[in-house]
Amino acid sequence: MIYQGKQKIWSDYNKEIPDDHWYYVRSCIRQNFFPASERTMVDICKNVLKKDFYENPNHTTCGGIAYHCDTLPQETAMTIVARQFALMTESGYENYAASCITSFGNYCEVLETWHEFPELEAKIRELLWKSCRREFRKPKYLCHTSDLIFKYRNEIAAKAKYKLVNCRTGEPLRVVEHIGCHYSKMFPSKGVGGAEYPYVLVGMIESWGGNVIDYPERRHCCGYGFRQYHVRANRGYSLSNTHKKFESMEPYKPDMIITNCPGCPYFLDRWQYVISEMTGKTYGENGYGIPVFTYEEVAGLVLGYDPWDLGLQLHQTAVEPLLDKMGIPYDPARKYLGLNEKDLKRPELPGTLRCC
Amino acid sequence: MNKNIVIIGGGPAGMEAASQLMLLGYSPIIIEKTSALGGHLARWDRLFPDRGSAKGLLDELFVKLNGANIFYDSDIVSINRLNDSYNIILSNGITVIAQAVLIATGFNLFDARKKEEYGYGIYNKVITNADLEAYFKNGSDERIDESGIKRIGFVHCVGSRDEKACNRQCSKVCCITALKQAIELKEKFPESVIYCFYMDLRLFGRKYEDIYLSAQKDFGIRFIRGRVSEASEDIDGNVVIKAEDTLTGKPLKVTLDLLVLMAGMSANPDANRLAGMLSLAIDSDGFLQSYDNVAYIHRSKKKGIFYAGTCTGPKTLPETLSEARSAALDIHNYLKNSDYGG
Amino acid sequence: MAADFGFRLSPSSTINLDKTDLTKFNQLVEEEPDVKKCISCGSCTATCTAGKFYDIGLRKAIIYLQRGMEKEAVKMLEHCMLCGKCMMVCPRGLNTRHIILSISRIYKSERQ
Repeated sequence: MIYQGKQKIWSDYNKEIPDDHWYYVRSCIRQNFFPASERTMVDICKNVLKKDFYENPNHTTCGGIAYHCDTLPQETAMTIVARQFALMTESGYENYAASCITSFGNYCEVLETWHEFPELEAKIRELLWKSCRREFRKPKYLCHTSDLIFKYRNEIAAKAKYKLVNCRTGEPLRVVEHIGCHYSKMFPSKGVGGAEYPYVLVGMIESWGGNVIDYPERRHCCGYGFRQYHVRANRGYSLSNTHKKFESMEPYKPDMIITNCPGCPYFLDRWQYVISEMTGKTYGENGYGIPVFTYEEVAGLVLGYDPWDLGLQLHQTAVEPLLDKMGIPYDPARKYLGLNEKDLKRPELPGTLRCC
Repeated sequence: MNKNIVIIGGGPAGMEAASQLMLLGYSPIIIEKTSALGGHLARWDRLFPDRGSAKGLLDELFVKLNGANIFYDSDIVSINRLNDSYNIILSNGITVIAQAVLIATGFNLFDARKKEEYGYGIYNKVITNADLEAYFKNGSDERIDESGIKRIGFVHCVGSRDEKACNRQCSKVCCITALKQAIELKEKFPESVIYCFYMDLRLFGRKYEDIYLSAQKDFGIRFIRGRVSEASEDIDGNVVIKAEDTLTGKPLKVTLDLLVLMAGMSANPDANRLAGMLSLAIDSDGFLQSYDNVAYIHRSKKKGIFYAGTCTGPKTLPETLSEARSAALDIHNYLKNSDYGG
Repeated sequence: MAADFGFRLSPSSTINLDKTDLTKFNQLVEEEPDVKKCISCGSCTATCTAGKFYDIGLRKAIIYLQRGMEKEAVKMLEHCMLCGKCMMVCPRGLNTRHIILSISRIYKSERQ
């Protein structure tokens, strides 16, 4: 691998990301999948980095998931997006940060479509006015929140309590980065580093001390694919894609996986259990799996947040091996305590995949 | 004859046209932007179809140029049309008045890095056709592990027939070059398995079909119809590629010790710059537009401006040399006859 | 005992040339060097008498053998009636009847 070759490509895809004043929109599924990630994002931006980071309680789904499942006509999806933009405009912001990769891709697609077909934009403005009596300005800057953490990666590194380094050996951790398909495959120029060698997560990993693994199936989709997973008969397809990725990354002995998409970390995490039950195979050390994280969770760990406050107890694949490697203290007794020390009850442990 | 002719570009086309014009009694001036003549030919080792020496041809072209006026390391700063001539200012400060100008600026080798998915400049064992030719010429390339080379792949149409790479045209010479190079590699590494991944095999020239047959029959080159979609590197540093085997309709993957990208021909921006100065038309493929694509490929639509070689699109060397001779003769007729058409 | 989730890992349809065993194909090439000359034009399949009724084509069979799909190739050629029409149309002059007989002999164990 020639690192300079990648740097050359990264320099070709330099995305402008303003430093401050962001209007934040959440994902509709992330709070169920990885409940503390978005909360951590808000906390890091507002309280740790002291940015102007605003969230309007009236915002909704972007409609992207329904659009990609073929259950929503394009005009309806666009009107939902228009309403989201209207809320941003009413709140006095012009930088729009989406938490979800599919939302981000959806916004890119809508803005690009309006750019190519201004008459469609005019129609959507009319539909929005008729349905909600709202008007909007298009965002001046659109980013995915992983772009923002990328932007702040060195500020976070400067405040870091822990690094992506094995505290026992002093060696950098071996990190797999996985990018959601809708981040830049549709519009390579909208992603930090482009679509073939995205830099967005690589930049974080490097600046927090880890080593990035580039394995043959790196660009491959996690397999979620909305319809493929949502229809049970098709789930084998979804599972097989994840399996293909694990088989490909296995020889590199990854310590962890970082992702920037709502679906990918969920499936890379949960399918490890399913694969272990079906085939008896696990991919981590000593019968564990490879811990999978969102970039907010990793930023939180680096900044010294308590792992259980980051919601890591909701991961299927145990995160403890990684916490031990990074030297992050945790109290096993507190793992399944929820808000106000409420007992969440211990889950049943799987037979093959080792969990804590 | 005190008529001045300026030839822009000192590759095979410019060199051959110059020597022909000298035989006709003129003293043409070659403007070469680099410090040596020969263009791409100077970097090549052997030539299809007979695997003749590139250096041999270059030497021959050079010998015929004995006594020609050549300005090296020179760019065109400006060209202005006067009444019946052109006023050309060179970067070396010299001004030339020419009655005829021959544009022989050639092509640009497509920059394979633009096809990011193939990882040229990123994966250690991915090289281009030009790199391979340099390896044949110089005998070494650190990306080629001579002791461990067992599996080799060629990707045809890299930056050719590719709208996204802004090159819609077929580069015409890559298919036959891939076969030539595959055979040469097989001769050098007889134990290796060599795959050629192609969309269509466009082997149109004389004896090319014989080379294809020989590549199959005598050298066992394996042809797989399908365009490589991506390359990646495995833990051993080898290249893994994906393609569709379109003849079975199935996805296919294979690990290789060397991947050769057949970078195509793209229009030379120098030609576009000249076109701007002279208001010459550019054709839809980005190359200079000829007076006529059948009868007068070597003529422009402007009086006194002629073309030779790949400035008007991908061509083989024999085509380029023939065109250079045609252009020389046409320039001669133009300068001789005041009632010259065109 | 593998758990039943109501779905399974799907087998990959990818041809993996790294894992394709060409021992028998190399033996075929040894005996029938003409096999290498096939240009996949499809004339043989187009003219095949049996092709109207069965999935058969020498072009496809030769490709299949090189991709490790030996069973499929052999099964396909079982429908051949050795009429020789494919030999008449082959632009590269392959002795197709002889090739089919050799395939059938060399890949005997692949027959069902």
